[in-house]
Amino acid sequence: MSGKTFFVDLSRCTGCRGCQVACKQWKNKPVEPTENTGSHQNPPDLSWQTLKVVRFTETTIDGKFHWLFFPDQCRHCLDAPCKMVGDSEVPEAIVQDPATGAVVFTDKCKGLNAAAVREGCPYDIPRVDAATKLMYKCDMCNDRVHAGLLPSCVKTCPTGTMNFGDRDEMLAMAKERLARIKPTHPKAELVDASSVRCVFLCPQPPSAYYKYVQFGDAAPPLLTRKALFAKVLRPLRAFG
Amino acid sequence: MTNHWIDIANADCILIMGSNAAENHPISFKWALRAKDKGATIIHVDPRYTRTSAHADVFARLRSGSDIAFLGGMIRYILANNLYFKDYVVNYTNASFIVGDAYDFKDGLFSGYDAAKKAYDKSSWNFVKDENGIIKKDPTLRDPRCVFQLMRKHYDRYTMQAVSEISGTPEADLQLVYQSYAATGKPEKSGTMLYAMGQTQHTVGVQNIRAMSIVQLLLGNMGVAGGGINALRGEANVQGSTDQGLLFHILPGYIPTPSAAMQTLAEYNEKNTPATKDPQSANWWGNRPKYMASFIKSLYPEQDLETGYGYLPKLEPGKDYSWLTLFDVMLKGAFKGFFAWGQNPAASTANANKTREAMTKLDWMVTVNMFETETGSFWKGPGMDPKKVKTEVFFLPCAVSFEKEGSISNSGRWMQWRYAAQKPSGDTKPDGDIIYELFEKIRALYAKEGGAYPDPIRNLDWDVATHHAFDPHKVAKRINGVFLKEKTLKVGDADKTFKPGDPVPAFALLQTDGSTSSGTWVYCGSYTDKNMAARRDKTQTPMQAKIGLYPGWSWCWPVNRRILYNRASVDPQGKPYQPQKPVIEWVDGKWAGDVPDGPWPPMADTKAGKYPFIMTTEGMGLLFGPGRNDGPFPEHYEPLECPVGEHPFSKQLSNPTALKFEGATEVHATCDPRYPFVCSTYRVTEHWQTGVMTRNSPWLLEAEPQMFCEMSPELAEMRGIKNGDKVIMESTRGSLWAKAIVTERVKPFTVMGHTVHQVGIPWHYGWTWPKQGGDSANILCPSVGDPNTGIPETKAFMVNVKKA
Repeated sequence: MSGKTFFVDLSRCTGCRGCQVACKQWKNKPVEPTENTGSHQNPPDLSWQTLKVVRFTETTIDGKFHWLFFPDQCRHCLDAPCKMVGDSEVPEAIVQDPATGAVVFTDKCKGLNAAAVREGCPYDIPRVDAATKLMYKCDMCNDRVHAGLLPSCVKTCPTGTMNFGDRDEMLAMAKERLARIKPTHPKAELVDASSVRCVFLCPQPPSAYYKYVQFGDAAPPLLTRKALFAKVLRPLRAFG
Repeated sequence: MTNHWIDIANADCILIMGSNAAENHPISFKWALRAKDKGATIIHVDPRYTRTSAHADVFARLRSGSDIAFLGGMIRYILANNLYFKDYVVNYTNASFIVGDAYDFKDGLFSGYDAAKKAYDKSSWNFVKDENGIIKKDPTLRDPRCVFQLMRKHYDRYTMQAVSEISGTPEADLQLVYQSYAATGKPEKSGTMLYAMGQTQHTVGVQNIRAMSIVQLLLGNMGVAGGGINALRGEANVQGSTDQGLLFHILPGYIPTPSAAMQTLAEYNEKNTPATKDPQSANWWGNRPKYMASFIKSLYPEQDLETGYGYLPKLEPGKDYSWLTLFDVMLKGAFKGFFAWGQNPAASTANANKTREAMTKLDWMVTVNMFETETGSFWKGPGMDPKKVKTEVFFLPCAVSFEKEGSISNSGRWMQWRYAAQKPSGDTKPDGDIIYELFEKIRALYAKEGGAYPDPIRNLDWDVATHHAFDPHKVAKRINGVFLKEKTLKVGDADKTFKPGDPVPAFALLQTDGSTSSGTWVYCGSYTDKNMAARRDKTQTPMQAKIGLYPGWSWCWPVNRRILYNRASVDPQGKPYQPQKPVIEWVDGKWAGDVPDGPWPPMADTKAGKYPFIMTTEGMGLLFGPGRNDGPFPEHYEPLECPVGEHPFSKQLSNPTALKFEGATEVHATCDPRYPFVCSTYRVTEHWQTGVMTRNSPWLLEAEPQMFCEMSPELAEMRGIKNGDKVIMESTRGSLWAKAIVTERVKPFTVMGHTVHQVGIPWHYGWTWPKQGGDSANILCPSVGDPNTGIPETKAFMVNVKKA
């Protein structure tokens, strides 16, 4: 399966949040009543209204201060644990587009145990609207992609952080960019590149950005049996 | 910008100072990161670690208001270590010019200071001329009275230790910045400087930029690809509005506004036309009478030039009409009416409470905007009793930029044509239509009722509309200019005859005799047989491809020249100093590459060649700048409100010529324990200006919903403030609340042996919306300004912060 893939080069992200706003705009998502809580990160987290959020982290690594920006979104796993959980409860509630590889939540998600679906995700992405029980996350702007357009977040990115295209092309770009920054950032790595369709290049250790950047970095707090089952079943692939 | 956005990618070193480029000009980082990909070093100098610092190879903190100390130290470092580009300095700058014996500098004051007037008599800052009227020079740069030696002496005081003491920047950081940036003094290297309001909004704002310019000239970084002095402008079309004469002191195209002391055009021309005896200096402003005549004719094509000149409004000699002054005299009742057009001074103007109070003295105000603003609603704002405010306010809703056709000129001087994306919504109108209809009414009233001086109104050529709708093409054509009489002129080597109504192809053909019109001479050539600004052609020569030059994309003033002063990018024979990224090159008797600064051969041709800095009278880059109001060399002065009682460089604490006002609203706190912290204002990516448009864009407001104050953990602990707490901030001018962002990105400074805390606040908020958003940062800012421009000092003033 080739399909499409995002390549997110965090060595170029300036935290401008163009992607976050462009996502809301294309999806025509309502705003959340936010307030400043002592951080520029706002909304504070993903929600059914916020499918993409830039996370801001101030940290010191090897004695040097860093301000890290992490545009968080669904990774569109090749074998998506959320879909495995979904499939075991309501068939076709969560579907995968064979053409693009986009993992898409349908209206049938109403019938899912939302907490189990969220717990099944190694990246803590899925969210539910408590009022309607509908579940939400990034759908790769699958409508735009089928119309030959870039996902809204990629289209708006001014620095070349967000990239999108055929999987082979994106993985080649990712490897090229990794090689380019390795001399100055020896700890740089491509995160879970073999198993996801949203590949992050992290110049700093992935855990420095946020706890759910890398699969296996932080276990979800309470794994349901279903979620655990889904995770164990997930095949490991070697990144070629 | 002397250069342009794409050109940033050509730099070997990028010094970002007084700018948060990554946040406030996100597109700049597309090009800055491409430079970094090629191995460039990014340096960020700022009081606060920002999203820009996050991508910098070198980050150095300095206390707000110490930029000249910082840059003066760099000048000293470059000179002391012989890191300047010697051929460039000798051939292309005024380093070798001999300054007259009367020039002196003593303990912070230049010669000619008049303490009573708080102003300089600049006559002692002149150069020495020989019997032929040509400036005396010493190309060895050894004469003690040459600019180079005077400059060396001036900055000898700016030792690393003294700079560190006053700026709070550790000496090791100074060393690293100086060393990294001075490396661009090698002929084959270029460094660019990106700046914004962090440099300009000071009582020494102009001299901050002068100091940057001196560094760039010493290192040979002007005119080259990846070089220049690059102002990242604060809004999409601020370059265009300045070009078109928005400011009081200039007419369109940077022509000085006439003074009432100059009653005739002949007198105006005599006083405003620089002259040189040096045949190799192009002295381009020597053409000013052509541009003034063409401007007058663009307004009054039927009148003779002297009559048209007589119609122009004149400034009273010695009187200031800059922004802060307008509100100072408004407060004293000087105005009956006020048009606040596409602006929000109740939030945007320093000393906002004073500004808002001034508006109560008006009889009427017209506000033209897309949304309700703090200005249009000042009468019902905090502390106002609507019953006691006599001002009648009219609100004219206008179309947004996407609903209008026309041009904007970006920071890189590119005039870019835009089409309307949709029709204006509801009953809103484009600004052009509002002013068109307004003037039609005014003229009808003059026709009906007469008036004190009706001729300038009656005779104005007001053909700006088609079928009673504003026509941006008509206006753009008028800005370009046309022939008014048949004229045969030399174009290249051939004679060409132009007929009345023909567009003028370039400003070199504008005339003094009234036979041409041009609304803005620098835009002559922008709308000729076609609308050049609408071009979207990516064709380029292989030479142009080396530096990302796209001459067919939009149009750039002047004459589509993308990099200003590009004659300084080649040696006197016309060979590029940086052959790997050439801007222009003299090949087979003509120039290739960018449009050169004039067609003449290179400078080594002593008969026909010209010096590179064609806009200066003597053709040289000005290390010594005798035209400014506060001195020919930048000198460190503290902000009008500062945390120290003395500084290492002189006894003169603050700029002796700064723009100041009198009265209860003008109390300044220096070393006042009630206002112990330095404060600076700034912007965030998510909001724009006073936030009128962005506070009303829900997705943007969601991301930055409230007024905040960034402070160090040390300050927060001292004041018992926790991250996210509400705090009260106060200055001598007012107070406001903000949410505390306690962050390691802000750190205390050690200044003159004492700990100095700095805080920072955005200026995007206002009381009208959102209801829990907070009010304008300008409530705290002082109404003091730069003596050259009047720009307010909103980047360094003193406040107190306490837990709410």
